[in-house]
Amino acid sequence: MCGVFILFLVLVAVFADPLSHLIGWGPTQQDRATGTTADGLPVGPGRIHLLGADQLGRDVLVRLIYGARVSLVVGVSAAVAAVLIGVIIGLCAGFLGPAVDSVLARLMDVVLAFPFLLFAIALVTVVGPSEPLEIAVIAFFSWAAVGRIVRGQTLAIREREYVEAARSLGAGNLRIMVVDVLPNLIAPVLVYVTLLIPISIVFEATLSFLGVGIIPPTPSWGNMLDDAQQGGLYQVAWWFLTFPAAALVLTTLAFNLLGDSVRDALDPRTERLFAK
Amino acid sequence: MLRFLIRRTLTGLLVIWLISVVVFAIFFIAPPNVAFLLLGKFQASNQQLVEQVTAQLGLNKPIPVQYWDFLVRLLHGNLGYSYYSHEAVTTLIGRALPVTASLAIGAAVIWVVSGVLIGVLSATHPRSIRDRLATLFALTGLSFPTFVLGLILLFFLFYKLHLAGIDWFPGSGYIPLTQDPWQWFLHLILPWVTLAVASMAVYVRLARGQMLEVLGDDYIRTARAKGLSETRVTFRHALRAALVPIVTQFGIDVATLLGGAIVTEQVFGLNGLGALSVSSVVNQDEPVIIAIVLLAAVFVVVANILVDILYAVLDPRVRLE
Amino acid sequence: MTALPHGTSPAAAATAAAAAAPASTDDDDALLTLDDVVKHFPIRRGVVIKSEVGQVRAVDGVSLTVRRGETLGLVGETGCGKSTLARCMTRLYPLTSGRITFDGRDISRLSPRAMRPYRRQMQMIFQDPYGSLNPHRRIGSIIGDPFAIHGVADGPERKRKVQELMELVGLNPEHFNRFPSDFSGGQRQRIGVARALALRPKLIVCDEPVSALDVSIQAQIINLLQTLQSELGLTYVFIAHDLSVVEHVSDRVAVMYLGKIVEIAERAALYGTPRHPYTAALLSAASVADPDRAAVRQRIVLHGDVPSPIDPPSGCRFHPRCPKAQEICSRVQPDLVPVLADLPTHVTACHFPMADGEKLGTAPVEPADDRPPGTGVW
Ligand SMILES: Nc1ncnc2c1ncn2[C@@H]1O[C@H](COP(=O)(O)OP(=O)(O)OP(=O)(O)O)[C@@H](O)[C@H]1O
Ligand code: SF4
Ligand SMILES: [Mg+2]
Repeated sequence: MCGVFILFLVLVAVFADPLSHLIGWGPTQQDRATGTTADGLPVGPGRIHLLGADQLGRDVLVRLIYGARVSLVVGVSAAVAAVLIGVIIGLCAGFLGPAVDSVLARLMDVVLAFPFLLFAIALVTVVGPSEPLEIAVIAFFSWAAVGRIVRGQTLAIREREYVEAARSLGAGNLRIMVVDVLPNLIAPVLVYVTLLIPISIVFEATLSFLGVGIIPPTPSWGNMLDDAQQGGLYQVAWWFLTFPAAALVLTTLAFNLLGDSVRDALDPRTERLFAK
Repeated sequence: MLRFLIRRTLTGLLVIWLISVVVFAIFFIAPPNVAFLLLGKFQASNQQLVEQVTAQLGLNKPIPVQYWDFLVRLLHGNLGYSYYSHEAVTTLIGRALPVTASLAIGAAVIWVVSGVLIGVLSATHPRSIRDRLATLFALTGLSFPTFVLGLILLFFLFYKLHLAGIDWFPGSGYIPLTQDPWQWFLHLILPWVTLAVASMAVYVRLARGQMLEVLGDDYIRTARAKGLSETRVTFRHALRAALVPIVTQFGIDVATLLGGAIVTEQVFGLNGLGALSVSSVVNQDEPVIIAIVLLAAVFVVVANILVDILYAVLDPRVRLE
Repeated sequence: MTALPHGTSPAAAATAAAAAAPASTDDDDALLTLDDVVKHFPIRRGVVIKSEVGQVRAVDGVSLTVRRGETLGLVGETGCGKSTLARCMTRLYPLTSGRITFDGRDISRLSPRAMRPYRRQMQMIFQDPYGSLNPHRRIGSIIGDPFAIHGVADGPERKRKVQELMELVGLNPEHFNRFPSDFSGGQRQRIGVARALALRPKLIVCDEPVSALDVSIQAQIINLLQTLQSELGLTYVFIAHDLSVVEHVSDRVAVMYLGKIVEIAERAALYGTPRHPYTAALLSAASVADPDRAAVRQRIVLHGDVPSPIDPPSGCRFHPRCPKAQEICSRVQPDLVPVLADLPTHVTACHFPMADGEKLGTAPVEPADDRPPGTGVW
C-alpha cells in the first residue's frame, strides 16, 4: 500500500513537466483572468483549476506536483547523505578505540546539542537559501543520531569472535571495518534511510514554511503552506491549506509505514508495529 | 557523584564553547552590515559615522580579538545590545523566556505523561483494539509536521468553532501566568498539543516496545507469582525498568524542543524565544541570535546531565562512580 | 631464590636454580617459547568516569615451550586464563610483560603491522563455531580471507585453493556460496579449521575447538586435526577443560590454575603420576573413560569456589583449596621445578609434590554439601 503511494509519488515527481503540460498550467504561471475572483480571492477547486488556485492565481495541483519533486529530492538526498556520514563516523568511533571514540562521541554530542532549527535558519539567512544548502543543513543535523546508534552496534560487533579471528589472520582495522563489521550494519542502515526520509521531508517543509528553504516562486509544500498561512488566507480558501498538508502528511506516513515494514522484514526481533 | 558532576559540567562547558565558536564563525563567514543596520539607510552613507560605530562596537578588530572580547563580556553576564531594537539582549530574552518556558514545559509534560501512559496501556493488551488504535495514533502523529498540525488545529478548533459561535480556544497571543492562570492555560492549550503530538508518538512506540520486552522478563514473572496485583506489577516494577530508554530519548528530545517552539510560536503568534530568534535572524541581529543559541545549548547540556543522573537513579546497574 | 622450602627433595633443590625457567632452555626444536608472560586486564569502574580500581591477573607469569611437531595440551578450570594465554601466544593481546619467541625471533613487542608476516605462520581455531564465523558472509569468502589479507591468491586461483581446503577438511566444495547458518556446528568448525590451514601455518593454537560440539562430532574433528597434523607437520597447542580429550591428543600436557602453570609433563607421566595436588584433584574429578582406572581412583571433590583472579591467594594460589596445604604454602610461592632429578621433563609448582601412588585426602574445609547423592534437600 504505502509502497504503491511512494511509487506514485516518484512517478509524479519524475513526470512533473509532461503532467503540468497536460493540466495546462505552469508551476509559477499566474492566471489573473480566471484564477482569482473579482475581489482578488483565489478560486476554489473546479474545472479550470482542479484543486483550486492560490492567491496569485497559480494552479494548486501543478504546484503540488512540483512540490513532490522538491520533497523527494531533498528528503532522499539528505537522508542518504546523513546515513553515509553517520555510518562512517559511528563506525570509526566504535571501532578505532577509546581515543578516537571520545573525540567523535563528543563531536556527536555537540551536533545533537545544537538548537538545530534555529541554527539552520541562521545559516541559511546568512549564506542565502538554496536547495543544495538545504540538503547539506538537513544532513548535517541528522547524521549524529545515526552515528550514535552505529557506534553502539559497532562496539558490540567489535567484541565478536569473528572479528578476533580476522585479527588473528592479520587483517587490519580498515579491512575488518569494511569486510566484517559493515555487512552487519546493512539491515539497520536501510531502516534508518527509510525512517530518515520522512524526517528530512518534514525538515525541508519546515524550513520552507519559515521562509528559509526553497525560494519562492519555486513551489514546495512548505512554502505553499506558508502562503496559505499568510494573512489567514486558508480561512477563506481551505483547499490552499488542505491539499499541501494532506500531501505532506500522506507522504511522511507512507515512508514511516515503509520504514516499519523494512524493519520487520530485515530484523524480525524488533516488535512489529502493525500486527498482521 | 561529585566527580561525575564536575566531569559532566566540564564536558558540557566544552560543548557550549564549541557551539559558541561555530556561531561566531558563521557570522565571520558572512558578517551582517552592522553599521547599516544601526544607522539606517541615510546615515550609512556617511563614511565617518560608519567608522565611528564600527570602532565603538569593536568590529574593526581582528576576529580572534573580537571573539575574546565577546567571551569576556559573556563571563560578566553581558550579552550586549540588540542591533535592531537597541534594547539589552538580556531584557529581550527575559521578556520572551516565560512564553517559551510555559510552552515547552507544558508540552513536555503532556507528551511524556500521555505518551508513556498510552504506550503502557497498549503494551498490557498487545494486539487488542486498544493497542492497534494506539499504534495508529502513534504513526499518524509521527507523520504530522508540527506546523501542519498547528494550522489544522487553528483551522478547526479556533476558526471553525469561532464561526459556529463557540470561542473555547483563543487563536493567538499569550497571557502571563501571573496575570490570569485560566487565560494562560486556555491560550496555551492548542500550542501545547501542537508541540506535544509528534514527540508523544515517539514515546508511545518506545514505551510500548520497552514494556513488552520488560513484561516478558523473569523478575516480572516472579513479581506476578508473588501475587502482586497486575496494576502494581505494571507500574511499580515493569515501568521502572522500561523508563530507562525513555529517559534517554527525553535527553535527545530536549535539543529539538527549541526547534518545535520556533515553529509553534510562528503558527500561534506567540512572542517567545522562537519568534524572537526568527525575527533576529531575519534582521541579522547577531547579538540576540548568539545569545539564544548559547542559551539553548546550555539548556540542552544541563538537561542531559539531569538525564544521566536520573538514568542512574532508575537503573541500578548504572553507577555513576 | 630465598630459603628452600621444607619437603623439597634435595635432588629437586639441586636442579631448581637451573630449571627455574624451564622455557629458556635452548631447545633447537622449540617453535614457540613463552618467558614469564603476564597479562593483566585493568578493571575500570564507572560508565562515565573511568578509573582503574584493580586488575584481573588473567595470566600471571607463564613460561613454557612448544616443540616443533608436538601437541601441547593445556587444561584448567574455566576462567583460569587459558584463552587469555592463547591470545597472548598469538599476540592478539599486547603483553603486560614477558617475552615470546617464535621460531627463534622475539615477537613480544612487534606492532600489528610487523606481526603480519608471523600471522601466516601461527593461526587460531576458536571455541565457538557460531561466533567465530561472520554470519553475513559466504563461507567461500570466509575461508578465502587469509589469501585476501595476505595478497596470496586472487580470483579463480583463490577459489580453487579455497575449494581444495574445503575438500581437505571434509566439506563439500560445492557449498562454497553458502552462509555459515546453513551448516551444523561440526561443519562450521571444519570451516574454521580450513581457514586456519589456508596459509599453511607452522603452529595452530586450538582454543577448546571441540567443547561446543556433541560428543560424537568431537571425535570427528579431533581425528581431522590429528590427520592434518601428520600430513602437514603441524604443531598444536590444544586447549580444553576436558581431560580425556587432552589425554587423547597431547604429547605433553600443561595444567593451569588461576593464571599460572602448576604442572607440565609428558602425557603418560601426567596422567599416570600427577605430582601437583590440583592435577590429582582434577584427574580424580574427571569422569575417566577407562573403568579400571576409574575404580582405582577415588573421587576427590574440590571444595570452595575458584578464587578471583583479581585478588589471588598469597603464596601457592591453590592453598585455600589444597588438602595438603601447610603453613608455608600461604607464604611462599612454589617454583615450577622438576620433581625428580632424573626426569627433568616433569615439572610442578608445589612445596609438597605427590609421591608415587599417593592418595589425596579430603580438603581442609569441611564441606557442607558432602552428603551421599540422593539424600539432599531435593
Ligand atoms: N578482556 C578482558 N577483560 C577483563 N577481564 C578478562 C578479559 N578476558 C578475560 N578476562 C578475565 O580473565 C580471566 C581468565 O579468562 P579466560 O577467558 O582466559 O579463561 P579461560 O580459562 O579461557 O576460561 P574458559 O574455560 O571459560 O574459556 C577470567 O577471570 C576473565 O573474567
Ligand atoms: S604448594 Fe602447598 S598448597 Fe600449593 S599445591 Fe602444593 S601443597 Fe598444596
Ligand atoms: Mg576460554
